[in-house]
Amino acid sequence: MIQYTIRRLLMAIPVLLGILIVTFALARMIPGEPCKAMLGEKATAEVCERFNIRYGFDKPITTQFGIYMSDILKGDFGNSIRFSRPVTIILIERLPLTFELGSIALLIAIIIGIPAGVLSAVKRNSMIDVINMIFANIGVSMPVYWLGLMLAFVFAILLKDTPFWLPPTGRITAGLVAVPFYEVWGWSLAKESISYHIAEFIANLYIFNSLITGDWKVFVDTLKHLILPSLALSTIPLAIIARMTRSSMLEVMKQDYIRTARAKGLRKNKVILRHAFRNALLPIITIIGLQVGTIFAGAVLTESIFGLAGVGRILLEAITARDYPIIQAFTVVIAMGYVFINLIVDLSYVFIDPRIRLE
Amino acid sequence: MAPVTLTKEKQKDYRSNSLWRLTLRRIFRQRSAVVGMVILGFLILVAIFANVIAPYDPIEVLIGVEDGVKKRSAPCVHILGCPEDQPQHIMGIDGNVRDQFSRVIYGSRISLMIGFTTIGFAIIIGTILGAISGYAGGLVDNIIMRTLDVLMAFPSLLLAITIVSILGPGLQNALLAIAIVTIPVYARVVRASVLSIKEMPYVAASRALGGSPLHILASRVLPNAIPPLIVTGTLGIGTAILDAAALSFIGLGAQPPLPEWGTMLGSERNQVFTAPHLVFFPGIAIMLTVLAFNLLGDGLRDAIDPRLGQAS
Repeated sequence: MIQYTIRRLLMAIPVLLGILIVTFALARMIPGEPCKAMLGEKATAEVCERFNIRYGFDKPITTQFGIYMSDILKGDFGNSIRFSRPVTIILIERLPLTFELGSIALLIAIIIGIPAGVLSAVKRNSMIDVINMIFANIGVSMPVYWLGLMLAFVFAILLKDTPFWLPPTGRITAGLVAVPFYEVWGWSLAKESISYHIAEFIANLYIFNSLITGDWKVFVDTLKHLILPSLALSTIPLAIIARMTRSSMLEVMKQDYIRTARAKGLRKNKVILRHAFRNALLPIITIIGLQVGTIFAGAVLTESIFGLAGVGRILLEAITARDYPIIQAFTVVIAMGYVFINLIVDLSYVFIDPRIRLE
Repeated sequence: MAPVTLTKEKQKDYRSNSLWRLTLRRIFRQRSAVVGMVILGFLILVAIFANVIAPYDPIEVLIGVEDGVKKRSAPCVHILGCPEDQPQHIMGIDGNVRDQFSRVIYGSRISLMIGFTTIGFAIIIGTILGAISGYAGGLVDNIIMRTLDVLMAFPSLLLAITIVSILGPGLQNALLAIAIVTIPVYARVVRASVLSIKEMPYVAASRALGGSPLHILASRVLPNAIPPLIVTGTLGIGTAILDAAALSFIGLGAQPPLPEWGTMLGSERNQVFTAPHLVFFPGIAIMLTVLAFNLLGDGLRDAIDPRLGQAS
């Protein structure tokens, strides 16, 4: 097991290296000089020269890449050109929101998708199955941003003045403050220390932060703000998970051992859950891992619709502003997160299916 | 010995059992494929006869052309109770005082074109790469596949967004970006087919007869790799249309005044609370088109190659 994990980690290194090269190359290929994009009319030749020296754009491209690599290994993504602040700090501020949004969306997709798929498979060709699959097909065909806009319209305008009203933009109602847990608990953390940054990251997970500090008002408010975006974001993964669960269950239920289990008198529900579902789990887990990518990409659109300042939205803004350090760092983080999640999925196979020999 | 002759009926029998007919019959037995084909057929007709169906020019501003038009006015349908003296606008008027219905109708041309060209391009390049990779094996295979692995490590829409920002916004560049990010999928499909087919006895026979690698690849191996490509391609068209609309929505794809559904959604997104009809209809159009390709692809997969499973 340990050996397999190590080998699998080593195998991920070339892909990660490739990701770094590709993001570096892509960011440098974006036309237009960062100096002109940043400074606009103020970008005279002299100013640009100083700007380039300051940010290292005057050095040969290979040297730039070398510096970039060694900095990343030190956890330093450089300074954002637009905000003149370390990119790592911006990541600490923005990533928690996307993380919360994505996790809730994935959770919705799993909690609804898997039971719907199992139900469809068990009651194959019944009314429930047909309805489920119609919804699943519509779900994968729907533009996330369109659904987001429609949800915002329905819940913020049509259901105004009803208890079902939900806020269409923002993360927290103006005036409310999510007090960081370390302040509530009276911790004194040295600014700029690593523990401070970690605490800051956790505190920026508003829902989690308000949960552990017991601030119910903020908890309910932030949760309410995330319902619509995460619903919109969850549709495609939900539909895909439901379809995968259905077909994987159907495949397993054809097997002889299911018939045997039924024949020896086990209750149907027990057979479905203990015998069929466990064996159908492998492709379902795989497809869930792949949905993380869909969610990251969807977050770019969802965040910009619901006015949420997460990773997706800032990445989009950075692309128009040619803020290289942000583009590089955020793309690298997203791609690495994707590779990492699929690595975990691969490793989880061993626990789900002991038959997999890890040669 | 007298030559064996078949009666007319027998001949008919044999012909009706040809591989093509069997496949076609299987396809028509798939409910989802039939539904998909019906919707797609409808959309293709709409696209072809867009100029007949649409009452207005999709980019014509109606100020001065029609009396009393106001921007973003709600739909007016006569049979639904809109006064007869007002001009009929089934889907209302958009922010630039153009007939929304005509724009949605013309949008079908663009979206279908987007779907077919991107996937066509991706299939051609993907097939070439996959075939070389699978047939050559060894180092070449490793280099090509590892490069594609890296491309696949990025969520596809994100990579497309980055590529378009390099190439510059516009419909053509958006199409190119979407094609590039989907190439790995087709390369993998073709490579997998080539790997299994190249071990077949008939390929060995062809090689023994002195067939050149190119000949073997083109006329022995690739034709057998076509079924999975058709299935993956049909499903891919849906995704390509969805991604292209997303790029246009954030302003990186088709540019106004082009009546592209994603662009239409993008330019009216801030008006969703005051003029929801301008957001509603283009979205429905995108969904219907993508749905048609998904249903058709699902049905084709079940009919042509059930072994492909239900992976999305």
